[in-house]
Amino acid sequence: MEQRLYLYPVWLRIWHWINAVLFLLLLFTGLSLQYSSVEFSFIDFDLAVTMHNVSGIIITIAYFMFLFGNMFTSNGRFYKAKRKGYISDLIVQIKYYTYGIFIHQKTPFPVTENRKFNPLQKLSYVASMYFLLPILILSGFALIFPEIIIKNVFGVSGIHLTGLVHIISGFSLSIFLFIHVYFCTIGKTPLANFKSMINGWH
Amino acid sequence: MTGFIAKSTIIGVMSLWMIVSATASNPEEDEIVFENAGFNHKCFNCHGQKTYHYFNQSTEKEVKDRMNPYFVIDSVAFYQSNHRNFMCTDCHSSDYENFPHNGELRMEPQFTCMDCHGGDPTFAQYQFERIEEEFQQSVHSTKHSNDFTCWMCHNPHTYKINARNNLNINEVIIYDNNICLSCHADINKYQLLSDQTNPNVLVTHDWLPNQALHFSKVRCIECHTEIDKEMLIAHKVQVKEKAVKRCVECHSQNSLLMATLYKFQTVEKRNKLGFFNAAILSDHYIIGANRNYYLNVASLIIFGLTLLGITIHAIIRIMSK
Repeated sequence: MEQRLYLYPVWLRIWHWINAVLFLLLLFTGLSLQYSSVEFSFIDFDLAVTMHNVSGIIITIAYFMFLFGNMFTSNGRFYKAKRKGYISDLIVQIKYYTYGIFIHQKTPFPVTENRKFNPLQKLSYVASMYFLLPILILSGFALIFPEIIIKNVFGVSGIHLTGLVHIISGFSLSIFLFIHVYFCTIGKTPLANFKSMINGWH
Repeated sequence: MTGFIAKSTIIGVMSLWMIVSATASNPEEDEIVFENAGFNHKCFNCHGQKTYHYFNQSTEKEVKDRMNPYFVIDSVAFYQSNHRNFMCTDCHSSDYENFPHNGELRMEPQFTCMDCHGGDPTFAQYQFERIEEEFQQSVHSTKHSNDFTCWMCHNPHTYKINARNNLNINEVIIYDNNICLSCHADINKYQLLSDQTNPNVLVTHDWLPNQALHFSKVRCIECHTEIDKEMLIAHKVQVKEKAVKRCVECHSQNSLLMATLYKFQTVEKRNKLGFFNAAILSDHYIIGANRNYYLNVASLIIFGLTLLGITIHAIIRIMSK
């Protein structure tokens, strides 16, 4: 019997599911604000604003939980940039996902105690958690306190630019969300990875 | 040496250009002539300042006294106003030319806007008749006596057309909101018409998210008047229960601000960069109203391709099992 690995500690699972629920809430309320209409709305504009702001603040606190967790536990090692040859590893992984998986090749970077993520996962998680999400959080807080935003940037409203950055980074993360959920079905069974994020064992 | 000459020439040409540009005058500014400034100066000599001088014949002394602040007219503001070419005695009695002024002159009836502007085809574009009609239906007229005249909001000594010809939307907002605040933030003027104390607008609007931002980016009349698309400036101020309170009225693609605050701006549906309600974007940004057509299309394409990619990948996975 294959050895089971305990890869998802309790704090990480709690953070993950809080983050997931809040992100969905933010996505739903954010879309509702961006496409608000007098004739039809899923949710009242003012309620959507409140829910979006409160969820944004909680997801920020959760993000710090994630950052501290990675800083002070061994989970952080999975996000660190790797040795030389990363690009070629990445190409191998992309080839696997676009071809090898269909002809039942073995995964080129199987999960081990020291390698939770394959190269493509590592890239997408680092980009999401250390690049896009901080931009989303910072621009979101700027929009909660718009008086701190520079009024005019080369003739364009600073709030407008901040809004665009917030929307584009939010949209990019929501695309990540869809791909992330789909790729989670690529496990021993389609539900195996989802179960892992509940019980902690891979 | 050649380099020195070249640099000197460039600096010389630039200096000459700067001097010429600085001294070149705007021909339009040259044309401004204040027809009656000479005559009005006699009035502004006292009423344009906080103090005035006169010779008291009873005491045979030169007297310097304080002018009643409510009778001080800002001459700079007057000569920037729409009535700048008026003589003071066009509206006030010519008997004011005598000093001391006859006390009974204070009882003279004052002109209203319609006395001059009503029924005059010259002013047809300003729709004074419709403005009066709307005003008669407004809470200012129905809840107050006839003492509430145009002058309460539009000071004839300083009034100038604003929203119609000012491209700086922030200035338009400040100018128009100051008209409302001249009563609603000043108990002395407010109580000219009411025995009550004026409600604190900061408290009555404490429900409004980002209150300071809203107050500096939109005018009171955006929410407090009934919008009539035929009217250039709405004058039918409504009771507070009828004020706009639904966020989406402004925060949507069909934002009512396009029929009010931004009516005089370029009101094309989309600008060349694809922003809906682009007139707003010069200084402001309104969530829900300033969507971008191209970003909308791009996001739909990216989202569609993502779903398509996932679906194709999933189907091939299932088929190759």
